[in-house]
Amino acid sequence: MSTIRGRSLLSLSDLTRDDLIEVLDAAESFVEVHRRTVKKVPALRGRVVASLFYEESTRTRLSFETAAKRLSADVLSLAVASSSVKKGESLRDTIATIEALGIDAVVLRHRASGAAEQVARYVPDVRVINAGDGQHQHPTQGLLDAFTVRQVLAERQGARGSETGSALFAGLHVLIVGDIRHSRVARSDIDAYAALGAEIRVVAPPTLLPPGIETWPVQVVDRLDDTLEWADIVSLLRLQHERGTGRFVPSLAEFTATFGLTVERLTRVRPEALIMHPGPINRGVELDAAVADAPAAVITRQVANGVPIRMAVLFLTIAGNREDEP
Amino acid sequence: MRVLIRGGLVVGRQAALADVLVADGRVHEVGPSLSARGASVIDAEGCWVGPAFVDLHTHLREPGNEDAETIESGARAGAVGGYGALVAMPNTDPALDSVAAVRFVLEVGRRAAIDVAAAASITVGRRGQDLTAMAELVEIGVRLFTDDGTAVRDPAVLRRALTYARPLGVRIAEHAEDADLVGDGVMNEGTWSGRLGLTGRPAVAELVTVLRDIELARETGGSLHILHVSTAAALAAIVRARREGVDVTTEVTPHHLTLDESACASYDANFKVNPPLRTAADVAALQRALRDGEIDAVATDHAPHAPETKDQAFDEAPAGVLGLEHAAALTLEALGGLGSDPQRFFDLLSRRPAALAGLRGPRCPQGLGQHGGWVELGDEAHLVVFDPRRQWVVDRATLQSRARNTPYHGREMTGRAVVTMVGGRVVARDGAPA
Repeated sequence: MSTIRGRSLLSLSDLTRDDLIEVLDAAESFVEVHRRTVKKVPALRGRVVASLFYEESTRTRLSFETAAKRLSADVLSLAVASSSVKKGESLRDTIATIEALGIDAVVLRHRASGAAEQVARYVPDVRVINAGDGQHQHPTQGLLDAFTVRQVLAERQGARGSETGSALFAGLHVLIVGDIRHSRVARSDIDAYAALGAEIRVVAPPTLLPPGIETWPVQVVDRLDDTLEWADIVSLLRLQHERGTGRFVPSLAEFTATFGLTVERLTRVRPEALIMHPGPINRGVELDAAVADAPAAVITRQVANGVPIRMAVLFLTIAGNREDEP
Repeated sequence: MRVLIRGGLVVGRQAALADVLVADGRVHEVGPSLSARGASVIDAEGCWVGPAFVDLHTHLREPGNEDAETIESGARAGAVGGYGALVAMPNTDPALDSVAAVRFVLEVGRRAAIDVAAAASITVGRRGQDLTAMAELVEIGVRLFTDDGTAVRDPAVLRRALTYARPLGVRIAEHAEDADLVGDGVMNEGTWSGRLGLTGRPAVAELVTVLRDIELARETGGSLHILHVSTAAALAAIVRARREGVDVTTEVTPHHLTLDESACASYDANFKVNPPLRTAADVAALQRALRDGEIDAVATDHAPHAPETKDQAFDEAPAGVLGLEHAAALTLEALGGLGSDPQRFFDLLSRRPAALAGLRGPRCPQGLGQHGGWVELGDEAHLVVFDPRRQWVVDRATLQSRARNTPYHGREMTGRAVVTMVGGRVVARDGAPA
């Protein structure tokens, strides 16, 4: 029984391995759409997707809206900065207004953890797709990270990702580095990788680990240098110093010195390992500028996979039924 | 006007089946099979008859935030919940930091359904700097001083308050959470906050303030009250200090006795409260201490907020939950239900809080009733008939409070005040004001 079709996507924490594989497989078929001359499919023709971003986000917003358009959905894009939200309208009232326009789904980005859950309660008949809520979850980022890993590893075997199911994740060593505490990407990534069968290690200054990390399906490692060689995947997180998370470490320079992926450290990463980052990159903080451009880095692949993953999520959550296959 | 309360378990110095005859606002007779001649009769069979409840900790929001609650509506909620008196907290706007402000509340309270006493702030404007006119405030009936909402941040100020208040015979009550450790936290720090991506308020923030305050009370010989203790560790520190002779009392709220941090997983701000809902282990420790008599009082921390302010993202909504209308049922639940000791029940909800609020005995302020009695001949008739078997479902739409922010909407409760009487007059009956 699928828990993703026809339902809101608020978090990856309640998705099963089968659900995740279903999204990844659907995304793979949409990658093929992207290679066609005509990049549009009629899967969501006549459906309306509202895009509601309370936080600045260029890439996530663009890729969601592009995904919706490629599926032939109509997109209502609410520019929060210039809307009545600025005049103090509450989230509930804004959602009610948009719902009254007749929408099938809302893509929501909000600075508050739990905002997507809340909106899903306000509008039970609308599919809510969480495009990042505070420090809680960023489900489509977690999905596209897993998709990218499978895509690249499958290619190396000359296979399509969908032919491998979840096999490539079994026992895969995923190392997540940096600000786990404040990262919604980390939470979604960990949910996805754990459900898919990977082994996960996290490494961060203790001040940047979330409370209760001992209950997460991860192993905490104190020093990056002790675990670099272990990793098949090195996933770096953005240090959000613009939001004050820099206070949790003495200085950015010290963070880079102890937890940054420097050129020197890159030499100790296994040659076949992948280096990932959800962006936007603080070059010189989480990683040296040259590392981002190293062959092992699949950061631009992650960006490119944003659209097919979001097409898959929009399609599965809105159309939902199997007879609507593209 | 005579009222006969017939056939209940009268919880006085002993608990015994008896009738209670109330006349002229006082308990006129207690005994078996009293004559009902000339009296209206309240059937109390299966019920506990005891002193009306007294809440040490009610936010009435008036003056300043009448959208959320008024003295009148809060008193009505109290009456329905079985309360005969409550202590209005001083974090209004303006704060109750002057004789004039306290007089306003007491005067409006005189027209309310139940007795309304007032706590005053420790410092002017609750700014944590200059002491309020404590001696003058005691003159007009203040018995508790608190900057509730926050602790007094500067230990020198708290030390001065404990020292100054000592000869006045009043208590300094602290919201024991260290502001710096709390930061911008919105729920208990722990596994749940980490998962939910919400900033935590650590348990140690309560503990360090409790420890600091205890040492200042020990050193000054002052009287300290710790409001709404919420963690096992802070509670243990209080119990230990009391055994060592420090004059420290404490209260616990119904919500900290019956809900844990996992409730926040819904991101419903009706579960957002300060101090936050804690771990299941903390809840168990509080319940154990309640049964063992280590806790002085159940106090509601009834904190109304206008609906539109609670209907926001979890970390943006104000903290606080309603309490008055379901506190007694939840106290019974925490004590172990129907089999629990009715004496303990009335000690926690009436006698001890009445004593701490100065509403019991000779120091009772003028204009306010003497509460928390033994249901004896000559007592002022502030009584509650509590049915420990009555089942009912909390419906936020039918609350007497102006606000709707109960964390128990839809929850089935066992136990309800079926009659509340203040000064011999029935002020609420079966969940509705009389």
